[in-house]
Amino acid sequence: MTHAAATVDQMRPPYPAERGLDVYNTKLGMWVFLASEVMFFAALIGTYVILRFGATGEWAKPGIVLNIKITAFNTFLLICSSVSMVKAYAAIQDGDPKKMRFWLLMTILGGATFVGIQVFEYMHLVEHGFTPAGVREGSELAGLVANGTLPAATMGLYGSTFFTMTGFHGFHVTCGVISMAYLYVTKALPGKYSQQDYRGIETVGLYWHFVDLVWIILFTIVYLI
Amino acid sequence: MTTVAATAHTAHAHHDDRSFIRKYIFSTDHKIIGIQFLFVSLFFLLIGGLLAMQMRWQLAYPGQPMPGGGILPETMAPGGVILPEYYIQLVTMHGTFMVFFAIMPLLVGVYANFLIPLKIGTHDMAFPRINMWSFWSFFVGGLVMLASLFVPDGAARAGWTMYAPLSARHDFSGASLGQELWSVSIIFVGLSSILGSLNYITTIINNRAPGMTWFRLPLSVWSLFITAILGLLALPVLSGAAIMLLFDQIIGTHFFDPAAGGQALLWQHLFWFFGHPEVYILILPAMGMVSDIIANGSRKPIFGYHSMVFAIVAIAFLGWIVWGHHMFMSGMNPTLGSSFMVSTLVIAVPSAVKVFNWMGTMWRGNIRFHVPMLHAVAFVAMFAIGGLSGIYMAATPVDMFIHDTYFIVAHLHYVLFGGSLFALFGAIVYWYPKMFGRMMSEPWGKVHFWLTFIFYNCTFFPMHILGMAGHMRRIYDPTQYTFLQPYQPMNVFISISAFLLFATQLIFFVNFWWSLRKGARAEQNPWHDNGLEWSLPSPAPHGNWEQVPTVYRGPYEFSSPQVAEDYLPQYKKLPTDREPARAPVAGH
Amino acid sequence: MHWWLPLKGSTFAGEVDGLFLAITIITGIAFVVVEVGLIWFVVKYRQRPGRKAFYTHGNTRAEVIWTTIPAVTMVALGLISNHYWVKIKGRHSVPANAYPIAIHAKQFEWQVTYPGADGQLGTSDDFTVRNQLHVPVGRPVVVHLSAEDVIHSFFVPVFRVKQDAVPGMQINSWFQATVPGNYELACAELCGLGHYRMRAQVFVHTQEDYDAWLKQAAQEAAQ
Repeated sequence: MTHAAATVDQMRPPYPAERGLDVYNTKLGMWVFLASEVMFFAALIGTYVILRFGATGEWAKPGIVLNIKITAFNTFLLICSSVSMVKAYAAIQDGDPKKMRFWLLMTILGGATFVGIQVFEYMHLVEHGFTPAGVREGSELAGLVANGTLPAATMGLYGSTFFTMTGFHGFHVTCGVISMAYLYVTKALPGKYSQQDYRGIETVGLYWHFVDLVWIILFTIVYLI
Repeated sequence: MTTVAATAHTAHAHHDDRSFIRKYIFSTDHKIIGIQFLFVSLFFLLIGGLLAMQMRWQLAYPGQPMPGGGILPETMAPGGVILPEYYIQLVTMHGTFMVFFAIMPLLVGVYANFLIPLKIGTHDMAFPRINMWSFWSFFVGGLVMLASLFVPDGAARAGWTMYAPLSARHDFSGASLGQELWSVSIIFVGLSSILGSLNYITTIINNRAPGMTWFRLPLSVWSLFITAILGLLALPVLSGAAIMLLFDQIIGTHFFDPAAGGQALLWQHLFWFFGHPEVYILILPAMGMVSDIIANGSRKPIFGYHSMVFAIVAIAFLGWIVWGHHMFMSGMNPTLGSSFMVSTLVIAVPSAVKVFNWMGTMWRGNIRFHVPMLHAVAFVAMFAIGGLSGIYMAATPVDMFIHDTYFIVAHLHYVLFGGSLFALFGAIVYWYPKMFGRMMSEPWGKVHFWLTFIFYNCTFFPMHILGMAGHMRRIYDPTQYTFLQPYQPMNVFISISAFLLFATQLIFFVNFWWSLRKGARAEQNPWHDNGLEWSLPSPAPHGNWEQVPTVYRGPYEFSSPQVAEDYLPQYKKLPTDREPARAPVAGH
Repeated sequence: MHWWLPLKGSTFAGEVDGLFLAITIITGIAFVVVEVGLIWFVVKYRQRPGRKAFYTHGNTRAEVIWTTIPAVTMVALGLISNHYWVKIKGRHSVPANAYPIAIHAKQFEWQVTYPGADGQLGTSDDFTVRNQLHVPVGRPVVVHLSAEDVIHSFFVPVFRVKQDAVPGMQINSWFQATVPGNYELACAELCGLGHYRMRAQVFVHTQEDYDAWLKQAAQEAAQ
């Protein structure tokens, strides 16, 4: 419903309007949406904290069930993809769509690889007996429970919280990758982004950084501690 | 038949050549989306009422065959006699449909969508397509919830509050798919709410017409804005909880199962952390619209506009730190009980301030008792009762006795029916002309109001007495208890009043539907109101204005000494008015 | 049928009821002010030809008054309520010599375990009875609440006592009965299809009658 005259600045708030925030709608909308996402992850992470630190029994020690090395690499990959996202944003701010397209593509590939590695990890975990319902009977991990390396009482909760938190994070990364790919194909490739209007890049970039930040928190409190 | 679109008198912003599907089904026009929410939510309000009628039959005549009960399947009511497992489904579904599919979408889905762009002076929401998805997400959620009534083991049955582990384990509740569909449906509702909030917040912050400063916004908009923030932050917590519950139900996780290390109280904390802001979502928009209507009916500015805004903000803020008052008896640490008691008593204060300000608005007014005003005044009277009964619950030693009794049921119905629903009846009549270009029948509106008011009080006031006797909630057959048997005549009285109350609503429904085609054609500003929406034809056209209006004053300049009429719209420029800082750009 | 609260059957029933009455008076005053005020305004300020409304945007002094009075009232109410709350439910509220009874709630019955002749729970002379709570009058009793399956709630209206029984938690709830007689216990948290019939009988005995019953019930349980 915009009546965009040739001189309307899309990056500034819409005219005619009373003074709102000096932020264009799409970006404001993304900030607002991210506030809701903070609450969503807070519910999941808060649950994990309550269940883990309120559990009467011991919690599994880090590194026994989950592969810290591979996940550390994955974390690094995701952080790199945030860097490439920043580079894409800086490129279009400087008026270089070609460079922006390159870095956006790198971000998409980085994100997709992250998801791929996570899926691989999940398959690996399930194969060894770690599921959302806890440790599968007769599996390799069940053996570790039997010999006391893993605490029987809390493995169910461990599975429940691990898969829910990382699963929803993975879902959010996937949505981000799909969104970026969509923007790449429909906007970036046909040259619809320019120094005068790069709202989509900035907005999806915000989302991507958020998803990265959530992962850093999850990696720390789920894998490392 | 066109409702909104090319019937307007003035030229349009652009040529409206949308197809029927794009205009009325997959519409991105905020007004159509609001109307879609209205039609669907009214349907769910009816469903919620039908469920309640069955509950009231069982409570009045336990074990007796219900008239018309023969159409129910054997698993629910063999020979028309309601079974205990069906009764608790009725209890659960009545609450669920009323809260999530009737009151919340009627207040927010309808009025946030319909009113916000009109009242702040813009063409549509910031993100019209996301707005459309908000409606369809709600619609799908509603279908899923409705479907859950028809699955083999029946619907969810752990109360609308869905306490775990009863809700998490099929072996405890007896329900399986129905319980899971509840969680799925709620996830869609949460999504709908979040998408809506995105729009409402962004649009109000950034798209206000020139001159529409924050403190010139009508209180309906303020309340919808604050409600949107509450919804944005609270619904994700419910979605998270519902997802965890669903996982416990279907993939074997153990979040809420103490037998496997989970915590039963975790559900309650998550649910009520959402649940308390939710009840403010269910009342704040009603309060906002009532403010608009009372100022209009009294022909006076709202008394204490700034206090009213601060009260809305205070209620919303405090609403985050009172959730434990639903859990005083839950087994949580009693010290937490003390702190939640304090915050709960404090939150009574801004609500009291609002009641006094509404009265102050009517004081020395020149009051017109049009149908919306009748409902708005009744709102104040009934909400006051509901709010006052809440004080008993805030006092934890008293709550020990009345928790989970009919005293609570009385309280919640006084605020939700006496409060929210009366406000909604008023709002529906008030903005009907702007939605549909016609007026609802005033005489039938008055009949509906008075009968509803009488039967409503007859239904719900006695519940306070039942609660004081210790009559528990969600009880299939009170006569099992000797101490409750003497109260059975009161249960019968309540049920008969409820049946009459329900029957009376048919007057409203007929008035609503009949007036769509046969109601008197509405003029542009039938209530002589000041809001920006009344500068448009009735019904408002697609795109609203060709050029957005400029705002010169606040929304409640009734009986102003500056003009002879007893109203002075926000958009009317007087010779003494100056243009606001940024003038409109041509073409917008 | 009472129009007010049930028989006062415990030491804190009087306190709970007193608080209820105090709140009724406070809210009653507010109720009268608001409802009578509304009716008066509706009559006195109704539209009549030639009238004009009084154009005002408010009055700060009024706002201060009607914010302060409710606020002060709520604070006072909070302080008084908290005093009784701590006394009845506080972590150190259970009297030292309280007589212990264990109640295990399950779908859909109350399993009541008595300490037997030695007065101690967890010993071999304990015995369990279904759906009957026998207590001696004039002595504090502490119920050790637990739940088998879902959340239930232990509610005896005449004692004014209510406490949720939560699976995975052991919760203590105390009361002291004051009036001998037969009463009822109800489950006050929806616990499934049999929730409505999860009822127990409550017998408040004189100490001698209680001792006699205890001896007899122990014998019956042993058989």
